[in-house]
Amino acid sequence: MDFLTLTIFIPLVGGLLILLVRRQSEGVAKGIALAASALTFVVSLPLIFGFDPGKGAYASGLGDLLQFEVDRPWIEALNIRYHIGLDGVSLLLVMLTTFLTPLAIWGSFTAIKQRVKTYYITFLMLETGMLGVFASVDLVLFYVFWEAMLIPMYLLIGVWGGPNRVYAAVKFILYTMVGSLLMLVGILWLYFNGVPGENTFDLVRIFHLGQIPDRAQLYLFGAFALAFAIKVPMFPFHTWLPDAHVEAPTAGSIVLAGILLKMGTYGFIRFCLPLFPYAAHHFAGLMMVLALIGIIYGALVTMMQTDMKRLIAYSSVSHLGFVMLGLFAFNMQGMQGGTIQMINHGLSTGALFFLVGVIYERRHTRTITDYGGLAKVMPKYATLFMIVALSSVGLPGLNGFVGEFLVLVGAFKAKAVYGILGATGVILAVVYLLWMYQRVFFGEVTNDANKKLLDLTTAEKVILAAIIVFIVWIGVHPTTFLSLSENSAQMVLTRLGGM
Amino acid sequence: MSNHLYLIPLLPLAGFLINGLLGRKLGDKAVGFIGSAVIGIAFVLSVAAFVELLGLPVHERHIDRTFFTWLAAGSLEVPFGLLLDPLSALMILVVSGVSFIIHIYSIGYMHGDPGYPRYFSFLNLFVFFMLLLVLGDNYPIMFIGWEGVGLCSYLLIGFWFTDEARATAGKKAFIVNRVGDFGFLIGLFLIFATFGTLSYAGVSEQARYWVGPGSVIFWITLCMFFGATGKSAQIPLYVWLPDAMAGPTPVSALIHAATMVTAGVYMVARNSFLFALAPATLSIIAWVGVLTAIFAATIALVNNDIKKVLAYSTISQLGYMFVGCGVGAYAAGITHLMTHAFFKALLFLGAGSVIHAIQHAHERAGFVGDPQDIRYMGGLRRKLPTTYWTFAVACVAIAGIPPFSGFFSKDEIIWRSFAGGHPAVGVVAMIAAGLTAFYMFRLLYLTFHGGWRGRRDQADHLHESPPVMTMPLVVLGLLSIVGGWVAIPHVLGGGMRLEHFLAPSFRIAEELSVMHGHHSVSAEYLVMILSVALAVGGILWARAWYIRNPEAPKRALARAKWLYRLLLNKYYVDEIYDYAFVQTTLAFGDGAWRWFDIPIVDGLVNGLAKLVGWMGMVIRRVQTGLVSNYALMMAIGIILVVGYMVWK
Repeated sequence: MDFLTLTIFIPLVGGLLILLVRRQSEGVAKGIALAASALTFVVSLPLIFGFDPGKGAYASGLGDLLQFEVDRPWIEALNIRYHIGLDGVSLLLVMLTTFLTPLAIWGSFTAIKQRVKTYYITFLMLETGMLGVFASVDLVLFYVFWEAMLIPMYLLIGVWGGPNRVYAAVKFILYTMVGSLLMLVGILWLYFNGVPGENTFDLVRIFHLGQIPDRAQLYLFGAFALAFAIKVPMFPFHTWLPDAHVEAPTAGSIVLAGILLKMGTYGFIRFCLPLFPYAAHHFAGLMMVLALIGIIYGALVTMMQTDMKRLIAYSSVSHLGFVMLGLFAFNMQGMQGGTIQMINHGLSTGALFFLVGVIYERRHTRTITDYGGLAKVMPKYATLFMIVALSSVGLPGLNGFVGEFLVLVGAFKAKAVYGILGATGVILAVVYLLWMYQRVFFGEVTNDANKKLLDLTTAEKVILAAIIVFIVWIGVHPTTFLSLSENSAQMVLTRLGGM
Repeated sequence: MSNHLYLIPLLPLAGFLINGLLGRKLGDKAVGFIGSAVIGIAFVLSVAAFVELLGLPVHERHIDRTFFTWLAAGSLEVPFGLLLDPLSALMILVVSGVSFIIHIYSIGYMHGDPGYPRYFSFLNLFVFFMLLLVLGDNYPIMFIGWEGVGLCSYLLIGFWFTDEARATAGKKAFIVNRVGDFGFLIGLFLIFATFGTLSYAGVSEQARYWVGPGSVIFWITLCMFFGATGKSAQIPLYVWLPDAMAGPTPVSALIHAATMVTAGVYMVARNSFLFALAPATLSIIAWVGVLTAIFAATIALVNNDIKKVLAYSTISQLGYMFVGCGVGAYAAGITHLMTHAFFKALLFLGAGSVIHAIQHAHERAGFVGDPQDIRYMGGLRRKLPTTYWTFAVACVAIAGIPPFSGFFSKDEIIWRSFAGGHPAVGVVAMIAAGLTAFYMFRLLYLTFHGGWRGRRDQADHLHESPPVMTMPLVVLGLLSIVGGWVAIPHVLGGGMRLEHFLAPSFRIAEELSVMHGHHSVSAEYLVMILSVALAVGGILWARAWYIRNPEAPKRALARAKWLYRLLLNKYYVDEIYDYAFVQTTLAFGDGAWRWFDIPIVDGLVNGLAKLVGWMGMVIRRVQTGLVSNYALMMAIGIILVVGYMVWK
């Protein structure tokens, strides 16, 4: 059974099914959406259980690492193929996607009241797009999924978003498009010149046979890196993110922060580092500095936010800075730390956005000063919020620490000052999150509107509990997850020069 | 037992999970029982482990067990391993023992609090992390415990979270500790970069034959010590501890006196093999320790809050422990850690008993006021006899009067400062000891002696606490007396049994130590006599001022008003920090967002978009749709092209 293809396209099929539903029967549409995304998760389970983490030890290219590979001709005239497969890194991200999407869909049930059918169709299309990006081994296939995923996200923000949604949606799509157009040029260059004597979009072939001159690497790195850096987002390309998050509906924010941003960092691991190692070394210093600015500057700006969602959005800039810091440390600790930190950020920030959504649905405000004393009214909500916040600030025993610790060890090894500056972000994270937490949850309930708020519903508890299970699991036994991506990380490092 | 060492931290963790998840359903009685029982069993197991260790030959007292690989990436491998050696064996005894007593006390103290299950689950979680901290066999595991106890401290300081001030105190503690942890982390990175391993065994083995540059070790140890100043409330990061008194009093006793705040001392002692290689750091530690000791003692002289006096006293006493480590007398530092755990826990629990009684009286008399202000206490010895006697014992112990426990541990530290070549440190430590005796007896006299200074109708409602609270006081009282007898110096006919027991943990440091001070019996007697004389002097002075002639302190204060104000305002350090760090950071954040991110970073993006839009507007004009215009353009174009070709 080709579980990978099934995983990618079940959501799309689910979306098409919803098309057949009458407009009035919203319940059916919700049911199909949840069922389809849940089925996707179930179908993706054989991927993680069947994955052999030992495969591809000492690999020098992508080909040795790929599992669940499918390789069929698609557009033969241009040698474009339906080539998919997973290595450890993409497996983790595929699992993150199939895990978070049903939770986000379930969490939308009460929040989305307009154009319900269209909403769920859009969401399922988005899932297919995201899964396709992570699974593609053919560059055109990758690019098609990459662009295909933009449209549903654009709609999610632009149709179901807040008051300023059109501005945010246009900003999001234009910004991302500008980046990806240059990437398309890069892809075309690789097609014509990547492998001598052959025109191919196949990553496996480019990895193994590609000969890219140093000078060309610099341009290609630039073209790809711009697309990915916007997506991450790295400083100074980050300003689309807070706008997009503030306007997006809760589920959109969960997926945007949890998964979409990872496409940027994934792109660096998959393309920029292993394919253009000369350029990667050339630009490493710049990337590290930008990552550090992201960490510190991001945290400082986060601290001053008055809107909870904007605060979490800015904190993503800081957190993703850690990921980039790890990736460009060019050692095992940094690479593995960056990879696991991608998952961590997906879980923690996804959960944080969900938590903000919970309170927004009840009070229709996200302004911190509208709250205060919630711990007394909603003790369960306060407890779970605390756990997630602690995961986000990197408390040992929870997931965030594992990633940050490895990243900082790696960065310190690369250059002591990187590690030292990065570690200041650890202090600032406590400042902004605990400060927000205090203002929302502690003190007396001063606002009458907050006195009779409903604590978490069963559905909300289950959704959060599911995420927290992994938050604890990664914190207590990170080797379960680190071992999956180990060989991939090693491969990237080997190509970067055997460090 | 050593094969099941993991049970010792695991039991409190189980207590946390049970009480945390099911506490509300179980009811307060069951919660208190489970919370205390798990710690009780952990204590019994710790005793078993201790006995097992004692049964081994001295050089085999080092049991290292690895249970699973916690984290692995490249050359970095962190096992989940626990280490039982004399140092950790003593620490788990003290931690689980004192925790058990305080859990029992809490059953009475927290009775009827709506957050009862939450309280016990947090307290259990704290013990779990604390045991992990002292049992871990490598730096990352210690760091997990280190951060974990900090978290519990935060949660428990802000336990009564509806009070904004308490919540703020908790946050301050967490943030200041994180600043210290930053140092710890950097130290840890440096260790990994230098030694390629993060296990104590691996690092100590390399440190033993270290031939590399001393500067690396200096930076490692300095960073680690910076971490210790956060957790153990030393200059410059002590500021959070006085505020931490906002937590329930048993929490102050357990976390902010007996155990967590000693983690920094433990950390330095555990790393003695590194610190021994860095004499410069050791000197810094000794000086920071002794300056903190006297600095905090001076603040304690004038403070009027019963818990704050004890808090500054704790800071001061922690300073002594660091002096011990700084002069190479690690065992003396750890001994003081232990005796201090007894008498300071007792002092806090006694203070809790007092506050409990006064709060009760306030409620009965329908009065709202600060139940911790010693200016409105007095004469409590008749109302609270058990509390009084045990509190007095603790005061004598901390003042350093023989044969109470504090004498042996503190005196050893002072003597070793002289013997180890730090006479100036020793002198300051002695003066601080005199101040200690003064402020402790001031507290004792103002609280328990004289007449009641509160409202008269309250006095009738003052009662001794229930046995569940007074029994722990008695047990700790006994320990405060005899606790030091395992450390009686040779000159007094003792055997320094604790020091000999701990010796294997500091063996490498002893080998490496460059300090070989002289040892003169007569000098040791002299130091002993002097420090006791200073302590007695302090007590007598307090007695003269607060019992015999209560007008005297007022007159003295009138003469030195500025000094009094300086001390009462804690040297204005909080204000300075607030201005220098907090406001600056906020200003930076505000500037970065309002003056950079919005107008410049985002402004450029929007500006670019506007530019494109504007260009579209302009260029659109060309597309007029009139054929004659297009023809004109073409004609001009042709002329230009032709002209260019001709001219070229």
